[in-house]
Amino acid sequence: MLESEIRTPAFLFNSRAMRSYFQLFVFIISICSISGIKAQEKPMTPENELCLKCHTNQTFTFQNTLTDAEDKRMMNPLYIMNKDHFASGVHGKFKCTDCHSSDYETYPHNAELKLEPLSTCLDCHGGDEQYAAYQFEKIDEEFQKSVHFQKSGESFTCSKCHDQHYYQAKSRTSSEVSEIVGFSNEMCMSCHSNNNKFHLISDEIKPELNKIHDWLPNQELHFRNIRCIECHTEVVDSLSVSHNILPKEQALRNCVECHSKNSMLIASLYKYENLQNRTSEGKLNTIIANKSYVIGAYQNPLLNNISILIFLMALAGIGIHLIFRIIKK
Amino acid sequence: MSSESKIYFYPIWLRIWHGINALGILILIFTGINMQYSNPNFKLMDFELAVNLHNIFGILVSVNYLLFFIGNILTTNKKYYRLKLKGLTKRLKLQVIYYTSGMFKHQQAPFPLSEKRKFNPMQKVAYLSVMYLFVPGLIFTGLALLFPETIIEEVYSFSGIFLTAVLHSSLGFLVSIFLIVHLYVASIGKNPADNFKSIVNGYHDISGH
Repeated sequence: MLESEIRTPAFLFNSRAMRSYFQLFVFIISICSISGIKAQEKPMTPENELCLKCHTNQTFTFQNTLTDAEDKRMMNPLYIMNKDHFASGVHGKFKCTDCHSSDYETYPHNAELKLEPLSTCLDCHGGDEQYAAYQFEKIDEEFQKSVHFQKSGESFTCSKCHDQHYYQAKSRTSSEVSEIVGFSNEMCMSCHSNNNKFHLISDEIKPELNKIHDWLPNQELHFRNIRCIECHTEVVDSLSVSHNILPKEQALRNCVECHSKNSMLIASLYKYENLQNRTSEGKLNTIIANKSYVIGAYQNPLLNNISILIFLMALAGIGIHLIFRIIKK
Repeated sequence: MSSESKIYFYPIWLRIWHGINALGILILIFTGINMQYSNPNFKLMDFELAVNLHNIFGILVSVNYLLFFIGNILTTNKKYYRLKLKGLTKRLKLQVIYYTSGMFKHQQAPFPLSEKRKFNPMQKVAYLSVMYLFVPGLIFTGLALLFPETIIEEVYSFSGIFLTAVLHSSLGFLVSIFLIVHLYVASIGKNPADNFKSIVNGYHDISGH
């Protein structure tokens, strides 16, 4: 099928010369488009190129000083980076040694370097005026109340959810609700649907998400269209995203909190003023209408008024008719 | 009242269909309003219960619609729904004049009911619209909403689910209005309770017409 689609439409080209011209044209277009894609990629700092030369590969080689021979080994999958994801992440312009020890510049690396304590988010972002809007201190305050911190303490670092290599501030930059939802839920799923990562933090048996959400109608639709944090956090007005993840007993299980005119989703998922500003219309209803439908939360004033008018007219008609029926009996 | 003035208008299958439909539609309207205008501060009914009941009775009314549809194909009941377009406006006008003025002057109905005519032109138009447009539309959109993954995701930058849901609730509203008018019109007769009795026992008394 695919082959037939990309095959030159021969019936259009009767002469061999014309077909050659067409092939040359296709070739030039392909070259231009490939170079176009390359040009769009964010440039990587030259220092990083050196690190990523090995850290994007499945294998690495080094001179074994004990055997005095060149050794080829498999790379630990956790140390294999995705160059493109790193470049589009919030720290994409950083040098590796901005966070990791500059001793990594020597190769082979000293094994003890792995034990170095890395900077936490607040080491850089605490009191950071440039990112004041993100309110990192307030986030930390909220996070410390969360079940994650309460159960795991300091070992539950920001990076457990916000991968410092690839993280993107989607809820602030994206105008697509579906993209915000997908990106946010992916953070939760990275542990809650991965046994190994889950047990890195907890000794408990990882709950089956489908089973514990059995009560939720249209489960798949909910999972796809709203964030886990909509029900599993306490909404704080001043924060863009609440970080107080609640214990499961306190999770929201009341349908009408979202399925009503004053839907909680308006205070959380759809609340971003910047999200509204990012859309051309800037109307909350328009966003909800264009992207999804929440039973009870969507109330179109025009449709509501028309329906009330029709209802009253029907009642009035019946009332008047009834009066005449009684009088003229 | 002589027995000759009674016509067996509503066969048993039709009365069973009508009974289930009446109960189903009432529950669907009540639960539908609960869902559309749900409010955490004023709760007529638990939202989850409303959703579940709406789904169950939606399916029941849909299956029951098959009884109506097939029943009409297999029996002679379909003849009452045949609508001649020629002169329809004139006939409708006559019926409107009767309802708004003639009946108060105790005039004869322009289209008295008989073995050949169960519905007057206005009823015909209303029943045809409701039973062959609104209700199938509701069933179709309702089933789509029950299986939302079947709905086209986007239609001209509008969510497919949104359009389906708005269409579903609008049709539901129109059926609610029909129900109110239907109940009122049913009370028009020699005795307001006559038509309600007829739909239970099947016999319609035409002596008052």
